[in-house]
Parts: sequence; C-alpha cells; structure tokens
Amino acid sequence: MGKEVIKILYVNIKKEFDNFKLDIEFETNGETMALLGASGCGKSMTLKCIAGIEKPDEGEIILNNRILFNSKKKINLLPQKRKVGLLFQSYALFPNMTLRENIAIAVPKDRNNKNEIINEKIEAFSLKGLENNYPHQLSGGQQQRVALARMLVNEPEILMLDEPFSALDEHLRWRMEQEIISILRTYGGNTLYVSHNKDEVFRICEKVAVFNKGKIEEINSREEIFNRPTTYAAAVLTGCKNISKAKKISENKVYAVDLGLELNCNEVDDDVKFVGIYTEHLKVSEDNKEDNTFEFNILNVIDNLFSHTLVLSPRIKDYETQKIYMEVSESQFKGIENKKSIYLHFNKKNLLLLNK
Amino acid sequence: MNYSPLLISLKAAVIATMITFVFGIYAAYFTTKLDKAKGLVDGILTIPLVLPPTVLGFFLLVLLGKNSIIGKFLSSYDIFIVFSEAATIIASAVVSFPLMYRTVRGAFEQLDRNMIYVAKTLGLSNHKIFLKIMLPNSFSSIMAGTILAFARALGEFGATIMLAGNIPGKTQTMAVAVYSAVQAGNRTLAYKWVAIMVGISLVSMIVMNKFEKMQVVKVGKGGN
Repeated sequence: MGKEVIKILYVNIKKEFDNFKLDIEFETNGETMALLGASGCGKSMTLKCIAGIEKPDEGEIILNNRILFNSKKKINLLPQKRKVGLLFQSYALFPNMTLRENIAIAVPKDRNNKNEIINEKIEAFSLKGLENNYPHQLSGGQQQRVALARMLVNEPEILMLDEPFSALDEHLRWRMEQEIISILRTYGGNTLYVSHNKDEVFRICEKVAVFNKGKIEEINSREEIFNRPTTYAAAVLTGCKNISKAKKISENKVYAVDLGLELNCNEVDDDVKFVGIYTEHLKVSEDNKEDNTFEFNILNVIDNLFSHTLVLSPRIKDYETQKIYMEVSESQFKGIENKKSIYLHFNKKNLLLLNK
Repeated sequence: MNYSPLLISLKAAVIATMITFVFGIYAAYFTTKLDKAKGLVDGILTIPLVLPPTVLGFFLLVLLGKNSIIGKFLSSYDIFIVFSEAATIIASAVVSFPLMYRTVRGAFEQLDRNMIYVAKTLGLSNHKIFLKIMLPNSFSSIMAGTILAFARALGEFGATIMLAGNIPGKTQTMAVAVYSAVQAGNRTLAYKWVAIMVGISLVSMIVMNKFEKMQVVKVGKGGN
C-alpha cells in the first residue's frame, strides 16, 4: 500500500470589495462540499480566491500541504501553479479549438504519452467520434463533458464547480447532474460546489457550508443542515418557508411572535431568535385535542402540478399575523377542499429553533 | 494623369497599417491587464482619435523636427523625417493607431472572462493564452480593425500636410492631391482623385463588414 495522500483544503481569508466584506474560514477533507448561499453572498469570490484569480486582502489558503496564498509570508501562487480545476456554468470551452484540442491543451507538459491520455479521456466521457467538432457544434451535455474532461486531464488537486447547471432546463439538468455525481465519486478528491439550489446540493454534496453576506454561518453534514438548520439563513436556503420571530417563555416553551402562538418544544436555548417548520412537516389534525395543535383559516390555495399549497393564518387572532404555508397532496386535499379552516399540528421534534 | 499620389498613399497606408497592427494589438493587450492607470493610459492612446489631425501634426513636427532631441539624433545619421516619405507613414500610423487599438481592445474585453480564468487554472502561460486563445477568438475584430485603420491611414490629410508637406512625387498623397487640385482650380483632377478614394474606402468597408459577420458564426454560448 502506498502512503495515504492527505487531501485537505484549508481556507481562511478576508476580502473587501464593492462595499462587501468576505470573511470566511473552512476546511474540507476530501469530500464534496457545497457552498450554499443566495446570489451575491461571496461564494463565487471564494472560488476565485482559491483559484488565484482574485487576491484576498489577508489570510491563508492551503491545499494538500502546499501554501497557495499567505498574506503574512507574502506567498501568492499564480493560478497556473495552483493545480485547481474550475468549471463554470458557461463551460468556457475555447471556441477556436476542436474538442480534441480543447482537451489536449490541458494535458500537463511533462507527459510523453499525450495522445494516449487524450484518447482515454475521450473514451471515458463518451465523446468518441466528435473529436474534430468545434464547441458550437456540440450539445450542452457534450460541452459539459468536454469541460469536465479538460479539467480532469489537467490532474487538479481540487475541483471547483460554480453553479454548473443554473442555465439548463430541468430534464437536461437532471441527466447532467447524474453524470457529474458519478464523475465526482470516481474523482474522490476535494470538491467545492457552489450553488443556490437546495435540491441539487442535497443530491450532490456530503457537506454543506451555508454562506450569508460574506460569512459562513454554518458548516455541517448535509443531513444535519437539512434536518436541523440552526440559523435563519440556513433554514431559508434549505427551503423552510415558515419562520417566525421567537421569544423564549420557558425551558420547553417558545412564543412565535409573528404568529401569536405558544409552541411546546423539546429544549429552548436562551438565545433563540426564530422558530420555523418545513411545509412538509406540518400535519393536518381532526381536532385540537393534541398538543401544539391550532386552528387555521384557509386564506388561499395555490395549485401545483402534483400538490396544493395552502396559505393559512391562525384563527381567533384579531390582528394580521404572518402567513403559514403548507403543502398537501391531491388525496389529502380532497378531505379539506371545502373547509374554511383546519387544525394544524406542529410536531415538537420538527420545530427548528434558530439562534441567528 | 500622374499616379504618384496613389502609390505614395498606398505605400504609406500599407506600412502604417503594419505598424499599427503590431502596436495596436500589443497596446490593447497591455491595457486590458492594467488596473488603476487604465483610464489614463487609455486616454493617452485614444487622444489621436479626437484631436484635430493638424494639432497632431504639429506635435509630431515638434517631436521629430530638426531642433528636437530625436531630430538632432537622427540628423547625425543623415536621416531627416520632416518632409520625407517616412513622414507620410508616421503621420498615417499615428492617426490610425487608435482605431486599431480601440477595436482590438473591445474584442479582448468581450471575450468570456471565465474562459481566460479556466485557461490560467489549466496551467497555460499568459503568453500562450494570448497567442492561442485571445488572438484567434478575436480574429474577425482584429481584421476589421486593420481594415478600418488602413482606410483611415489612406485618407490621412491634416497631420500629413503638417509633417510631410505637399511635395509632388515625394510626399503628395491622394488626399493632399485633391486639396492641391482644388486650389489650382483643376476640378477634373479633383473629381478623379475623389472617385478613386471613395472607391477604395467603400471596398474596405464592405470587406470589414464581412469580417464582422464572421464573428457571429464563430462565437459559441457565452455568459457569466
């Protein structure tokens, strides 16, 4: 057995630009990590700093024991020396080169079996027969594969994908996502995946870093982040639509300010700021005998393709409260179609208590 | 009819365009890399486009005249720029330079920046990126800029008459010949030169449009 290769990316950087402050620190250990955040939160800038295209004001970037950037030691490697792979949504293929030339130009100089390497990649990415085509003659899927092949043939020590699918329509997106997942599995090194799409992130990544206004709010495994987000930004980004300001009442009771409801919880921290629940976790009840069950007026029904979204507000409140959104299936909807109000159960274990 | 103005003009324009071609592309590449001084450098390089050519000619006269440092240096080797054939070339080159520089710079700036970033992370040197990616993908704009510069160089009048004068058979270009013909009351001759110049300019513009259309076909999917 050979020596275990250390696959660690450590990033700790600060950068100010356009009245915006990026100040982040994180580490990955050979896994696929998502940088999840709304647009303009510093995700892409982070990738550019790691790639050496942008220079951080201060800090340190280390990749597999190599210092890529260190402001104190005045180290700032050129992008050419960093061994990082970048994939953009536009794929950025070289339009003046054929498919084969696009891959060939990325083969490291010191290889003497260049042709073999290229042929192998063309084969592996099912691009055979298209070698002499120019990028504009290729389909979107083929372009993506060329971009991936070009990136991998360069033998990068980290892959960085910047919203690779955001310009695609849904069915194509699904297929290309599957391709990327299988490629990332075989690559097995550090991967950073920038996205604002929660579903995509959940399917592709093992770890998630939640970006908000230039800071990382939370880093955790995808299961933790998606089941138990601990911050407002993380909850919103993972798709939580029902979030209210909260005040602690007692050790296991919280007051949802925007809804005017008292909710029983398992354990309330002193610094709780918000309470939330995913639309999928709300349950319709027959009556309000059960704990944490309240009557809600149905204000509106939004029809989706395979479900309905109910827009609700708590009954017996003489002031306007925040609305609650709940998703019900076709069959569930049959039972409540003609009702003016329903009982909703907020399961204790599904309540998200957010402290930021 | 004496055709020497046509030959003098063509010679000056062709050589001036070659000079502009090299310096224009280089200047465009150089300024796209600048950060803070970009505005100032761009202003200096573009100024020949907005200054009256006579003012430009005056500057050149001061710079290259026999009392200037350059003029003195050259005259010690028996080289005299002012009122020489070289003056027609220099005047045309200076006046047409901004057109080349601007067109190419525009093309460089329109290149997908992500493409350049990716090229860098793939380990391609800046030199290689310039030669293998920036130049080929700006080909049609470079050709369009070259033709534009050529057409401008061919029609140069103001700076030429200041620096090169109006010596028939030596520095009298077509544009100057039109002026001389009108001055001398020779309308027929003036019409002939005008017709030739309009013809050449028109053909140049048609060729240039062909190159610009090529661009549309070559560019693939862009975006950020």
